[in-house]
Amino acid sequence: MEAWEEGDNPMKKFMFVNRKAPYGTVYALESLEVVLISAAFDQDVSLAFVDDGVYQLKKDQNTDGIGMKNFSPTYRALGDYDITKLFVEQESLTERGLTLDDLMALTYEDEDDDWAEKPSIQVVTRAELADLMDEQHVLISS
Amino acid sequence: MSMLHIVNKSPFERGTLDSCLKTSKDGCAVLLIEDGVVGAIKNSNFADQLASAMPAKQVYVLEPDLNARGFTKDDIIDGIKTVDYSGFVDLTTENDNVQSWV
Repeated sequence: MEAWEEGDNPMKKFMFVNRKAPYGTVYALESLEVVLISAAFDQDVSLAFVDDGVYQLKKDQNTDGIGMKNFSPTYRALGDYDITKLFVEQESLTERGLTLDDLMALTYEDEDDDWAEKPSIQVVTRAELADLMDEQHVLISS
Repeated sequence: MSMLHIVNKSPFERGTLDSCLKTSKDGCAVLLIEDGVVGAIKNSNFADQLASAMPAKQVYVLEPDLNARGFTKDDIIDGIKTVDYSGFVDLTTENDNVQSWV
């Protein structure tokens, strides 16, 4: 059996670090596409939203007036792909006059807890995020 | 000479809004578009700087870009006016010159 085959497949921790606002550049959308692809590889995936990246999760996005696809509903699908850890940095929210209530209410169903619906977004401090980043095997930035 | 200044980058990401506010003269118009619209939001770290530039400078924000990012008129600093695309065109024709802080 090859090392990459199932049974001898050490799960690695991947974190996607999102630092850009949506729509003004293509970074946010491109990162989300790669996150969805990563779900196919059965790894421990988490997302971090820092700096202007927190705007990606702003609720009530309406792109009718700018002729671009509103990709924010796609974040709601992440739970179905077992991507259930979305870390949002508290300091970045505060600097922008935002709170958790301004973000989409993203949830997932916990298969280990009788499919109870739980929030995917966890607000963490800058220091806590530093620790989380330090734990990762791979960081993917956008 | 009346001047329209256009800022299209987030003030958290680039220094262009700061440069614009420091370099522009009283009586000018400042229009926030694209990611620049987040500079218009209440209670952010840049809100005081932008609020203190008014009313000497009239600040506008492009509403379709504001809505795309999940914000409405209710979320912006008092005194900032929203414009649509035709209002954007009007601003460019009403002013003698345009400076884009790209």
